[in-house]
Order: sequence, then C-alpha cells, then structure tokens
Amino acid sequence: MIEIKELTKRFGKKNVVDKVSLEIQPRAITSIIGPNGAGKSTLLSMVSRLLDADTGEVLLDQRTVKKWKSEEFAKRVSILKQSNYTNVRITVRDLISFGRYPYSKGRLTEEDKKHVEQAIDYMNLHDLQDQFIDELSGGQRQRAFIAMVIAQDTDYVLLDEPLNNLDMKHSVQIMKILRKLVDELGKTVVIVLHDINFASVYSDRIIALKNGKLVKNGPTKEIINSESLREIYDMHIPVQEQNGCRICVYFNSHA
Amino acid sequence: MRLWMLIIASVILSFISLFVGAIDIRPSDLLDWGSDETQIFLISRVPRLLAIIMAGAGMSIAGLIMQSLSRNKFVSPTTAGTLDAAKLGIILSMLFFTNATYIQQIIFCFIFTLIGTLVFMQILDRIKFKDAIFVPLIGIMYGNILSAITTFLGYEANILQNISSWLMGSFTLVISGRYELLYVSIPAIILAYLYANKFTVAGMGEDFAKNLGLSYRFVLNLGLTLVAIISTSVVLTVGVIPFLGLIVPNIVSLYLGDNLRKTIPHTMILGIVFLLICDIAGRIIIHPYEIPVNITVAVIGSVIFLTMLFRGRAYAK
Amino acid sequence: MRSNQTKIIFLAVLAIICMLLYGFYDIKGGFDYAFPRRVIKIAAMVVTGIAISYSTVVFQTITHNRILTPSVMGMDSMYEVVQTLIYFFAGSMSIWVVNRYLNFGAAIIAMVLFALILYRFLFRTNKYPIYLLLLIGMILGTLLGSFVTFLQVLIDPVEYLSLQTRLFASFTNVKAELLYIAMGILLIAFIYGFQIMSKLDVMSLGRENAINLGINYDRMVMNILILSSVLIATSTALVGPITFLGLIVANLSYQYLATHKHSTLILGASLISVIALVGGQFLAEHIFELRTTISVIINFVGGIYFIYLLLKESRSAG
Repeated sequence: MIEIKELTKRFGKKNVVDKVSLEIQPRAITSIIGPNGAGKSTLLSMVSRLLDADTGEVLLDQRTVKKWKSEEFAKRVSILKQSNYTNVRITVRDLISFGRYPYSKGRLTEEDKKHVEQAIDYMNLHDLQDQFIDELSGGQRQRAFIAMVIAQDTDYVLLDEPLNNLDMKHSVQIMKILRKLVDELGKTVVIVLHDINFASVYSDRIIALKNGKLVKNGPTKEIINSESLREIYDMHIPVQEQNGCRICVYFNSHA
Repeated sequence: MRLWMLIIASVILSFISLFVGAIDIRPSDLLDWGSDETQIFLISRVPRLLAIIMAGAGMSIAGLIMQSLSRNKFVSPTTAGTLDAAKLGIILSMLFFTNATYIQQIIFCFIFTLIGTLVFMQILDRIKFKDAIFVPLIGIMYGNILSAITTFLGYEANILQNISSWLMGSFTLVISGRYELLYVSIPAIILAYLYANKFTVAGMGEDFAKNLGLSYRFVLNLGLTLVAIISTSVVLTVGVIPFLGLIVPNIVSLYLGDNLRKTIPHTMILGIVFLLICDIAGRIIIHPYEIPVNITVAVIGSVIFLTMLFRGRAYAK
Repeated sequence: MRSNQTKIIFLAVLAIICMLLYGFYDIKGGFDYAFPRRVIKIAAMVVTGIAISYSTVVFQTITHNRILTPSVMGMDSMYEVVQTLIYFFAGSMSIWVVNRYLNFGAAIIAMVLFALILYRFLFRTNKYPIYLLLLIGMILGTLLGSFVTFLQVLIDPVEYLSLQTRLFASFTNVKAELLYIAMGILLIAFIYGFQIMSKLDVMSLGRENAINLGINYDRMVMNILILSSVLIATSTALVGPITFLGLIVANLSYQYLATHKHSTLILGASLISVIALVGGQFLAEHIFELRTTISVIINFVGGIYFIYLLLKESRSAG
C-alpha cells in the first residue's frame, strides 16, 4: 500500500507539488492527469524516491520510503521515466535482464531467465531481442524499457508518460498490456498520461493535479465529465459515450 | 569605454613600463646622456616597450581578423593552431635549413605558418557543424597535433630545451638588435585597418561576398597572410603569447559591437594595455626576478576565457 | 562476429608478446643490469595503462559520454598543482613532502575535491552541452598548467630543483618505491572494483533507471569519483600526465568489444593500453631508435583520433 502524506516540493519559490495527500489503490490502474506544469512527473519522482521531497512523506506498507533500503524498494516499486539514455551499446535482451538486477545482482538464475522470457513474451519483443537499443525506433525502445520494468516484477509499476513517441497502435498495445498486468497478475499501475482519453478508457482511478495541488481523486467515472474536466483544465470539454467508453472531445472546444 | 581612456591608460602604463625592472632607473637619470642608466634605457627598456606595443596590438588584430573571416568568436591564433604552426616552422627551419640566411629562415617560417593556418581554414570548410564551441575545439586539437610534432622533433634533435626556453613568450631577452623583425607587423596592422570592412563581408561567406562584388579569395588570402606575418614575427622575437588574440577582440566586441572599422583601434590599444599590465606585473611580483609574460597572460587569459564560456554562451552565438 | 572472450584472449596474447619483446629483445651483455630495469619499466607501463583505462571508463560511465576523460578535464594537471602548492607553502623539508604517504594522500584528497566540484557544477545538471564542457576542461587544463609554472617561478630555486625531481616523471625514470605503492593502490582498487562491476553496468542506463533498479546512485557516483581520482593520481605520480591515452583506449575498447559489460570493457581497455604503451615503447626505442618518450607519440596519435571522434560524434549530433 502506498500512502502519500502532505507531500511538497519547491523549485525556487514555486511549490511544484503542494501538500498532496492521497492513497494509491492496489490492484488498479491509476492515471495522473493535469495541464502542463501541474507537477505530475515531480509527484511520481518523489513517490519513486528519484527525488527527495521537501516536506511530507511517502509510505510503502506503513514504512517511509526514506527508510527502505534502495534494493529492497526496487523489488516492490519500479519507475520508468521518459528520458532514456540511448548511447549504451546494449541489446534488448540484456536491457530486459537488467530488470532482474535487484534480485540477482547481475548473475541471472533460472528463475530470472524465466521472468525475462515472460517479459519478452508480454511485450512481444521476440524479433527485436538481439538488436542494440540504439538501433531501435523511439517506440520500440520504449517497449524494451517497459519490458525491463515488467521483468523487475514489482507490485507497483510507475510510468511517466510511457506513450510519448508511440504511434496509436503501440499506445493501445501498451495500455492493454498494463491492463493485463493489473487484471491477470494483480499489479498496481500508476501512470502519468497526457491523453485524457487513454486515461478515461483504461484506468480505474484518476488523480488530477493543477498547479501542484490535488484537485480530483476518484474513480474514473466520477472524473471524466464536463464539470470536473473544466475544473482541471479550465476549458469546456464535452464527453460522449461510445461502446461503453467515455471519450472527451476537446479538439474544437472553446474555453 | 572610450578610446581616449584606453589611450591614456596605455600612455601611463608605457611610462611605468619604462621605469620598472631589475635596475632602478629614474627619469632624472636620463638627463645625463652618457650614464649607464641611459644606456640601459635605450638598449633594453625602450625596445622592450616597443616590442610589447607591437606584439600586443599585432596579436589582438590577428585574432580579430580571424574572428571576422571565420565568423566565429572563439577562433584566434591560439585556438586555430597558428601559433603552433609557427613554432613547428621555426624548429623545421632550424633543423633543415641550417645553412640558410636569417632572412630565408624567416621567410620559411612565415610560409609554414601561413600553410598551417590555411590547412585549418580548409578543415573548417569541411565541418558541417560550425558551432561557436566546436570550431575552437578542433583548432586546439589541431594545435596539439602540431605541437606534438614539434616536441617529437625537438627530442630527436636534442634541442627541446633550447626551443622551449626560446619560444617561452617573454620580453626579458628583447634588447635593441633582437626585436626589429616586429616592425613588419606595423604595415600588416595598417593593411588590416584598410581592409577591415572587406574582412567582415568575406566572413559572411563566398556567395555573399561575390554578390557584393568582392574578390572573396583575395580578401581571405590577404587576411590569413596578415595573420601569418604578425604571428610569425611575434613568435620569432618574443615567443608564444597565448589567448591575447582570443580575449581582447571579444572584450571589445562586448562593449562596442562588431563593426570592424570602429573596433580595430580599440582592439589594438586594449591589446597593448593588457600586455603591458601582464608584463609589468610579471616584473614587479618577484622583483628583481621576472615572471615570463606568457605565464601571466595564460593565467589571466584563461580565467577570462573561462568566464566568457560560462557567462556569455548566448552572446557567443 | 567473434565472441568477446576470443577478442580478449587475442588482446592478452598481443600484450604478452609486447612485454616479452620489450623485455628480451636485443638484450646484450649486462643481462643482470638491463633486465631488472626493463622489468620495472614494463611494470610501470602496465600499472599506468590499467590505472588510466580503469579510471577513464568508469568516469565516462558516470558522466554518460565518450569524449570527456579525467585527463582532458584537467585532473592530472591538478596533481601537479597540489604538489607545487605543497612546496610553495610547506617547503621541501616539511612532513608533507618527506612522508610519501602523507604527500600522496594530500594529493588524492585535493583531486577528489576537484573532481567533486567538477561533477557538481558541470555534470550533475545537464546545463552544459558536451562540447562546451570539453572546451572548459581544456582551458581549465591550460589554466592549471600555467598556474603551476607561475608558482614554480616564484619558488626558491633550491626548492624548485627538489620539486622538479618530484614532478618530472616519465617511463625512463620510474621510482621503484613509488611503483610498489601504485601496485598496492591498484590492488585495492581492483578488490573494490570487482564488487561494483555489475553496478556500473546498471549505472550506464542513467541515473533514473539505476535508482529504479535499486542502486544508491549518488553515493556510487561519489565512490567512483574517488576511485577515478585515486587512479589518475597514481598514474600521474608514477609517469606524469599522458593526456590522450585514456580517451584512445576507452573508445577503442567500446568499438572493438561492443558490449555494456564493464568487466569486459575495462579489461579490454587495460590490455589495449598495455599494448599501446609497451608495444609503442618497444617500436620507438628498438626499431626506430627514437629518443622520444611514448607519451609524445600517444599525444600525436591521440590528437588525430580525437578530431576523428569529434567529427564523428558531431555528425550524429548535428
């Protein structure tokens, strides 16, 4: 269980994340949405200990993240950020094997190999597994990094805008895989998304931030409606229902 | 900054320079025409001052010309291998033209420096990525390679110490009879002034220059020749003085902009003032000994250059 | 594609051939005299080669680039600055000079501080583009070098002579005593290094990925900067600065071995160093009968290789 208490981060004088408190519901996909500069990525970075909070704390199983040993934490929570170094000469398979590092410290056991194999299956990377990641397209590389996180086999998977650089086909593919992670393997996924329709269609819960403050936190249904969206984005967004999915049609809306 | 302020500063510094040194000379000593002090004054102090003035003005102008021609703020004799080419030229002429006259050796050195600079300009032409930072990097590396050849030859011929002390960059050994070569930089500076606008135009590129009816090749070659003449004469008489051609034009362009006609006098005088300060400081700090001027210039110059790199990145573009 | 194991064995054989050639070639008459001296030189070259390769590869991993090296960023000039400052302020008779361990310790501490400052201000934030960092590093090197000369002119001439013997290091006058210290340091570095090889592999994925995988990244960076400084100090104390060796061998190793595994990369780079130093010295001394030390040749070749690397990198960047 991840709990966030009064979490605050300042850059200069600005509170990028401002006293945010919430709980992450297990075994669900939670999407974090909000306008640019709302503090979504900063929040995720603090939860995943990439960034130290100025005040407040993050609790994993009632224990503050700072007290967790980094390698133990890595077996429970994984984080994937947008920026990924590409100047390393490493094959897709080797990259995915790194996901097992917290368990085996670089020496793969049979158990580890099974997880790597599974992750390759999951992300459908068989054809690419022996290619070097610097030779891949942005989307392929993104899939390889997600596979690494899957191999890491943590209860919590945090992803920062994983759909960047991806075309529609691969975006849908990845969201479906995340869904499977939750439904079949019982993982908890927290994901920063730009496209609210992906958030609407695939997530169980939505957290909305604006200017560093938490403005909405609840089941998807309660958030994807015109009133709530106006509060978050300051614009009128009509919502239509199609095949049971709520779609936000914001393309020609007026403020 | 006004030009007259710089001129006054340079006059005061010149005066100080004349009366600072291992041997105490007072202005009153000069009234006695036959005294030892007067002799020293005429044989050592006056030539030294003249050498500083010509070297300071010359190196700054050489840097300015290179910056206009390459349209890159950080290209200069120090950062384009010119000084290293001159050094290599000297050692080559010492090794292979031992029987040649002094004049012939000088001409060889000059031609070698010119070729060295031309080669760099050729490399520059081939680089697609003409970044303000990238070009001087290549230039410094190019200079390092030339320098390595110089060191290599120096080792093999066992004259390494010889040349490194000679090319040290110091005005200590400048006495009457050993600096006159520097006078060739005066016509070079005058020519640079006359052609100032054309260098700017040539820097805009071959097509641009041709469009304005300018003989691009001629102006480019003239500019590089002037740079080579000035560099050779300075390196041969006082040795390598780093950074001067790099930082002085940049400082001037900071407060005066890039109109060459206007900046040339400032660049010249500021170069003189800067070199005078460094030389006087070198003579005072461990009086009666001397710190060679190239060390003082290198310490101060590299600090200034680093500051420019850190603070003026936007400006350098 | 040949496997990396074969490639490493090939390099090792080549390195051994170089050492044997250098040790035994044309050794006439005073075998008892000449041979031990050659062995010391070979040992110095091997130690230097390994120290420089090791420190360069790990430095490049934590700074995520392939053209900046500790030497290029002025770290070996820093060693000379420290030694000169010690002479300047404490004098040649002080404990800081007489006690070799104290002296070496002081130099290392100063270099670590320098490395930390460099890292904090230049690398930690991605504020500066790589070429600017490189130019800054080179000018910093010039500045430190001129500063050393400046202080040396100010020092009392007698002190200066003593300093000269301390600073004037080359393969031809290796001090055996220092060599043993260096070997000891290298041994410790290796024992430590052995445990962190796999961490280094993970760290090459970048700070965020490394933390995600449970690496205590910032502390590791600190440890590696210390390791790197110690190794550079060792090699500089032993044979003086060889600016471009690290750059050449690290990049050749990346290119030839095409792997992310640091154990392989560092081993490869070390072997290439030994081949370049011992083989190069052999060719220079015995075949071409040159007086030049190998470092001059390496700086020449290194300069050309560096320009090649810069042009290649800029093409992919631009």
